[in-house]
Amino acid sequence: MPESTRVPRATAHASDQSDPASTAPVPPFGSASTAEFLLRTQVLSADDLRRAHTRIAHEIVERNHGAEQLVLVGLHSRGPAIAQRLAVAIESFEGVSIPVGTLDVAFYRDDIGLRPVQPLGPTEVPVDVTGRVVVLVDDVLFTGRTVRAALDALTELGRPRAVQLAVLVDRGHRELPIRADFVGKNLPTRQAEDVRVRLVETDDVDADAIQLWGPREDGP
Amino acid sequence: MKHLLSIEDLDRTQLEQLLDLSERFVEVTRRDIPKVPALRGKTVVSLFYEDSTRTRISFETAAKRLSADTMTFTVASSSVNKGESLRDTVQTIEAMGIDAVVVRHPHAGAPHRITGWIDAAILNAGDGRHQHPTQALLDVLTLRLHRGPSLEGMRIAIVGDVRHSRVARSDVQAFTALGAQVTLVGPPTLLPEAVETWDVDVSHDLDAVLAEVDVLYLLRIQLERQGEALFPSLREYTSRYGLTAARAARLAKDALVMHPGPINRGVEIAAEVADSSASIITQQVASGVAVRMAVLYTLLGSGGPVA
Repeated sequence: MPESTRVPRATAHASDQSDPASTAPVPPFGSASTAEFLLRTQVLSADDLRRAHTRIAHEIVERNHGAEQLVLVGLHSRGPAIAQRLAVAIESFEGVSIPVGTLDVAFYRDDIGLRPVQPLGPTEVPVDVTGRVVVLVDDVLFTGRTVRAALDALTELGRPRAVQLAVLVDRGHRELPIRADFVGKNLPTRQAEDVRVRLVETDDVDADAIQLWGPREDGP
Repeated sequence: MKHLLSIEDLDRTQLEQLLDLSERFVEVTRRDIPKVPALRGKTVVSLFYEDSTRTRISFETAAKRLSADTMTFTVASSSVNKGESLRDTVQTIEAMGIDAVVVRHPHAGAPHRITGWIDAAILNAGDGRHQHPTQALLDVLTLRLHRGPSLEGMRIAIVGDVRHSRVARSDVQAFTALGAQVTLVGPPTLLPEAVETWDVDVSHDLDAVLAEVDVLYLLRIQLERQGEALFPSLREYTSRYGLTAARAARLAKDALVMHPGPINRGVEIAAEVADSSASIITQQVASGVAVRMAVLYTLLGSGGPVA
């Protein structure tokens, strides 16, 4: 495979929801499916996100005693952009270039047949993952089902020495025994709320932001 | 989308979504482990009332690479020889608990009839002279892989026995729906009745269109139709409509040559042309698995891009 670290542009989501790999609009919990969603809080600003990236990059290198044998693999749609940023950060202070790949988990999801599940981008990992430490990278960790699918997808590519998980936001409500190794921010949420991530690379915005939105009836 | 019976049933957006999805599966088929678990627990039956190797094997490979189970129902060794009707046959198969039936049948409309008898998804793998929709999808995918995602303005000549060709019917619909300009080339006896109602140009002179096309799509001369006196002789057909080495030299420099297979070397295409770099015939076969994965995934898995 080519030594490429291309980050494809993600498909715009038809509607926002909290599980980053879900591709279809999911009605908010309960009967609030027609509720108007309102901005609750700005969770992370562009500056906060820059610092979070820098910290996570350092934590990844610290945990692994260096950057040897690391490969960052972003999950579509926003994971590849985040993985690319982490790689740039690590290179800036470690002086080594980290391979970055992209992973699409659609064909490994457990809700195929329950809702439309469409791939969001190509799977391209530029190195053999066997024997390496793979850090899966995504924007929001919610039910854990996307990560479960990602572990299956990754296993098809080889046998990593270890797999770790980095996310910008952990919003809770796990449905599987999965946890993140590196977290930008732990954010308590209600199930019906939306964590909306906007990145300049993927979302046609001028500045990064992560916001918490919720239905009007459910307001604080 | 519950069945795939005809290219006509798909609008441009649906075609493009299926092709985009097919490109994802092209990537899957290139992996060391070219298999995903998307259709675990589903069963796909191929029911072929006509000979086929590539289409049947291509569908079965596609189903297996999606982790579906496959069963093959070959008419030669079945109760059809004891006089079982098509309806009884498919209802028997359905009773075994299946999710999709891939049908090839000599009569146009047979797959459509089956949709009224059973609940499984029906995929038309060729019915009479009517349609062969996955062939058209794989032809378009092959062109996209060579020329980029748009067929807009592409000049495609389809040469040969258009009249009896389900491939040509499906291809014309797919190519024109995606913006290509299609010219049908052949003697009047091999062009369809009412061709003036098709959204195509018509020519009886291959040499006149040769230099102007981006793609030359050759149809198989169905040797079994020789007795119908549709053209004087194979030699005469080849001299007027065969892609000989001399004609191939007059194609535009980057023109592509396609053929749905199986090819009659020395009849519609010279052997050295079939094996030349302009020929993308073997890539067509490779594309077949990916588009059939996309169709099976759409019908049995995702609920659509074409919901």
